[in-house]
Amino acid sequence: MEILVCVKRVPDMAENEISLDSGGADIKRDDLVYSVNEWDNYAVEEAIQIVDRVGGNVTVVSVGDADAEEILRREMAMGANQGLLLSDPGFEGSDGAGVAAILAAAVRKGSYDLVLTGALADDGAAQVGGMLAALLDWPYASVVNLIEVKDGALRIGREIEGGAQERSEIDLPCVLSIQTGINEPRYVGIRGIRKVASIEIPVLDGPALGLAAGAVGAGAARVRRADYFVPPAGAGAEMIEGSTAEVAVKLAALLKAKGGIK
Amino acid sequence: MPVPPFSPATATLGGFPAWILFLLIPLAGTGCFAYIMWKRLAPLLRAAPDPRFRQVPARLALVLKIWLGQWRHPRYLLAGVLHIILFFGFLTLGARSTQLVFLGFMKSFPLPLEAVYGPVKDIAAAATFVAVAILAVRRAFFMPERYKVPPAMGRDHTPEALFVLGMILTLLVSESLYEGTLQAAGAGASPALTLPWAFRLMLAGAATPALKGLNLAAYAVHDLTFFFFLCFLPLGKHFHVITSLFNVFFMRVRTGNVKPVRHGIPDSQLDEVKSFGVKKFEDFTWKHILDFYSCVDCGRCTDRCPANFVKRPLSPRFISIKGRDYAFRQYPLVGEGGHEPEHLIGSIYSAEEIWACTTCGACEEECPVGIEYIDKIVDLRRGMVEDGLVPQSIQKPLSAIEKRGNPYGKLEKKRAEWAAKAGPEVKLADAGDTAETLYFVDSISSYDDRMVKIAQATARLLDRSGVDFMVLGKDEKDSGHEVRRFGEEMLFQSLKEQNTEAIKASGATRIVTSDPHAYNSLKNDYEGLPPVAHVSELIAAGIQSGKLKLRPLEEPEKTYTFHDPCYLGRHNGIYDPPREAIDAIPGLKRVEMEGHCRDRSFCCGGGGLNLFHESEEERRMGSVRVEQAHKAGAQVIVTACPYCLTNMEDAIKVAGLEGQMEAIDLCELVDRQLQDK
Repeated sequence: MEILVCVKRVPDMAENEISLDSGGADIKRDDLVYSVNEWDNYAVEEAIQIVDRVGGNVTVVSVGDADAEEILRREMAMGANQGLLLSDPGFEGSDGAGVAAILAAAVRKGSYDLVLTGALADDGAAQVGGMLAALLDWPYASVVNLIEVKDGALRIGREIEGGAQERSEIDLPCVLSIQTGINEPRYVGIRGIRKVASIEIPVLDGPALGLAAGAVGAGAARVRRADYFVPPAGAGAEMIEGSTAEVAVKLAALLKAKGGIK
Repeated sequence: MPVPPFSPATATLGGFPAWILFLLIPLAGTGCFAYIMWKRLAPLLRAAPDPRFRQVPARLALVLKIWLGQWRHPRYLLAGVLHIILFFGFLTLGARSTQLVFLGFMKSFPLPLEAVYGPVKDIAAAATFVAVAILAVRRAFFMPERYKVPPAMGRDHTPEALFVLGMILTLLVSESLYEGTLQAAGAGASPALTLPWAFRLMLAGAATPALKGLNLAAYAVHDLTFFFFLCFLPLGKHFHVITSLFNVFFMRVRTGNVKPVRHGIPDSQLDEVKSFGVKKFEDFTWKHILDFYSCVDCGRCTDRCPANFVKRPLSPRFISIKGRDYAFRQYPLVGEGGHEPEHLIGSIYSAEEIWACTTCGACEEECPVGIEYIDKIVDLRRGMVEDGLVPQSIQKPLSAIEKRGNPYGKLEKKRAEWAAKAGPEVKLADAGDTAETLYFVDSISSYDDRMVKIAQATARLLDRSGVDFMVLGKDEKDSGHEVRRFGEEMLFQSLKEQNTEAIKASGATRIVTSDPHAYNSLKNDYEGLPPVAHVSELIAAGIQSGKLKLRPLEEPEKTYTFHDPCYLGRHNGIYDPPREAIDAIPGLKRVEMEGHCRDRSFCCGGGGLNLFHESEEERRMGSVRVEQAHKAGAQVIVTACPYCLTNMEDAIKVAGLEGQMEAIDLCELVDRQLQDK
């Protein structure tokens, strides 16, 4: 099975103290470190495990600048067979539909049976997977947490509200967005990355993908980010302060007063 | 010595000269033994290299102490004393058994100093006889818990143990009967209350032909048993009778360090190593396979293993036994081997078992034959790390260390933020300051809200002691101590390079640290650094010199105890300086956690990545430790390690002992008790 996994380089939210820049429409990026989007990492692991079972190839693709190569290499060190970087100054400022269009162009240039994306990205809005499927006119399933390969189709699982499981069958080729927890992604260390350091990663720009100038990018974006801010504390929220013991006493008193405990 | 009235060498068996048989038995026996040993050598010859032929004087000293001196045996008193009797019985009677072999086909084969040796070996045989009898009764009826074999680990080893004790008894009795028949016929006399003496009394007055026949039978039984025993030894846990001498000679000379990925490959050329760590059996070094052969199955390692105590899926004893059984199956004495699964993880060892170890070193400290576990565990982890098989819980901290130099993913520029509240001004090497002494803080004491207090107390103590010191600030990275021990060698190498460069650039001529893990790493993992000291050594010296003056305790009714951090005590032998510092506080009463202190300290649960790794367990090691302190009558646990403190404080909370028990770092305690503060 030929599988394409779309991955994104994102600021490491868990590890960084995020603050807004002076412009107010972005975060300060000087002290940030980046990594592969966590959901995408699960998608790559799943693709590798599928190929281990039924054979085939895993390609990882990313839309970004030269820095994105770092995460492609990390995913190749995990076991993806090749990387593909979609990079063009004209791609900058693309909205979700723009990114989906760039990826769709890359999918059409290959012959893939299955495209995986993460369910969402740390800094994203969970739009690209669905839009990509629509642009390709392929079937789509989201938040998938189980994949079994059938003949010409996949049996997929999804967790629904309340912890119940849903099973569906989906025809190939298709696009799936992958939920974390579908597997346990393997570890990639410095040594693994060094082993794939010399493998060339092809770079495709707009013309190479057959995208008309202005079809994607800031100019074509119909969704634009207007503001970034930390919401002010709303009314009714109360921060309990003091030592652990004092906090516990106050909390217990509050809960009693409001009828939470009797 | 009188001429013996009869001899197996001149006897006949049905008209056939017996000496021919008694020449054939040793020839066949030694031939068979040589064949078995050659087969046993096969995996060692295919194993990874390890240059253990250096440091011969230190190794001979270990042989004298650990092997000949049986140094570690009395740590388990009854078993230890019985083993010492057995050991010296073997050494003494070995000469006699060898002599007997020759007496089967030579009329005389005198030993040097025979007049002295004769009675000595008779007394040794009597003592051994008593010891074997006690051991057999103990094995059969009062077997200690530590000898039991969990159902998942195979059959009980008691039958083998009893069978071997039976063989030893047979050897003792047949030799004594041989001797006794000669003495009954008038040749010499053994000391009273020895076995030959008893046989001489029993056989007094028997006719010479009967004595001769009995003598020949005793000889034959001894000869056959001796060679059967010799060939039986390499088939199981009694292989140690042969291998222990070598295993002790080749044992670990240094402590605290970890073996390189591959001996003979410098760190700078690690990229050329095709496969890291141990994945298949032959990836172990030959010494590690010799370890497997040498395991006596005494269970002391597992009995002392804190991971095993809290029911984590690890038993060091079975790391060895499973390794040995694998070697025996994969390299059989007869027929083709090689049918075993190649990958050790998932076949004989489980990933959880290998991740469960905190590398506390209690097992190695205890092993009477010098078996190593830490290097094996680290090598198995290196193999898993390379294959990506790393628990999810430690992938994030590893990645944060790679990116930010600390497992929390905090900003580099905040690494020395603690210093602002230390009191005295702390010089920063990254701001261009210079000083003689470098205080290497490491990640936890730099960033953890609670543990920064250790760093702050250390800074005040250094200042009070008149030490001109600085810290590296943002140029300091995690020491990588646990990174290396969790098998992520390349990340460790990168941290080591960055820290080494920063330390050298700082111009410091000495390093001090308040974290035993950082201390151990800089001292035993890094190379070419200025001398490294743990702050407890400086505190003890400061008190001695009078620079640090301590005032009496405010609450003298509280009893204190010291918890030895593994990487301060066992791995580096620093037991006394912290105790001296604690005892220097006027009015302080300190007790020891008897049986669980100094080199038998019980690990708190481990440092570094161990804080992130969640192993299956029934309870926390820290809670066991707090219970031990509680039982010893202490209300305050003093330690000298930020990880120990973390684990102790957590355990006190979990046990609901807040208010009754407390934990404090040595630096905090001494800082609190400084005069004029």
